[in-house]
Amino acid sequence: MLQIGLTHYLVLSAILFSLGIWGVVSRRNAILVLMGIELILNAANINFIAFSRYGTLNLDGHMAAIFVIVLAAAEAAIALAIVLNIYKTFQTVNVDEINKLKE
Amino acid sequence: MNLIDILFYFFATISVVSASIVVFSKNIIYSAFSLLFTFFAVAGLYVLLNADFLAITQLLIYVGGILVLMLFGVMLTHKVISVDIKSGTLKILPAALITSMIAGTLIGIFTVTDWKIAPAQTADPIPTAKGIGEMFMTTWLLPFEVASVILLIALIGAAILARREKQAK
Repeated sequence: MLQIGLTHYLVLSAILFSLGIWGVVSRRNAILVLMGIELILNAANINFIAFSRYGTLNLDGHMAAIFVIVLAAAEAAIALAIVLNIYKTFQTVNVDEINKLKE
Repeated sequence: MNLIDILFYFFATISVVSASIVVFSKNIIYSAFSLLFTFFAVAGLYVLLNADFLAITQLLIYVGGILVLMLFGVMLTHKVISVDIKSGTLKILPAALITSMIAGTLIGIFTVTDWKIAPAQTADPIPTAKGIGEMFMTTWLLPFEVASVILLIALIGAAILARREKQAK
């Protein structure tokens, strides 16, 4: 069996990234789209950390991953506020039924 | 196969399987809860990659913050009484095409490229928290401050957006 190395982590993150893309482009529910985005961000973070462990990125990769997590938290809060507003206005959160910017 | 390899495959399996449940499950509650397992597995991978501080941060912010927000979002935007909690998919064929193309391209690039790999670390992993703290206060000071301002703006913006009353006509 091959020793666990950089490529293993990269392939794993590619799989998670693709699953996230699938969630973003195919699900109707806006909250599931958000979950897909979180999966994508997690996949990117795995890449950062893997390169800082096996590559020459050292602690800079950790810093980038921390900022990704910070921005993901801000994004989740804002996006859920928007989703709640959409639900108040349209009584649905299905992204294919929301086709107006205002009432 | 040593312990590290077994742990890697363990966490990788958990993360891929639970991420599949997140995006393929018809029930959005199942999706939200399997997202929990994905985050835990990714935190385990961080530990395997000697990123102890990142693993704790992942648990605190993703599991403790973002996931709870998601669950609140699910509960506030569905009529829980009417059990209409199913969620469909749309445009399966183009979505599958795009996703498989992206996955194939990425995995191909990742496996074919000859990555520049640093010499293997033989020493015991050192805790990263001290180094991260020092870098926050020296080379990464400006991004650190900007991130704090962004979090403040996001806090205020989210509160204003979510609390806005509809004007009576």
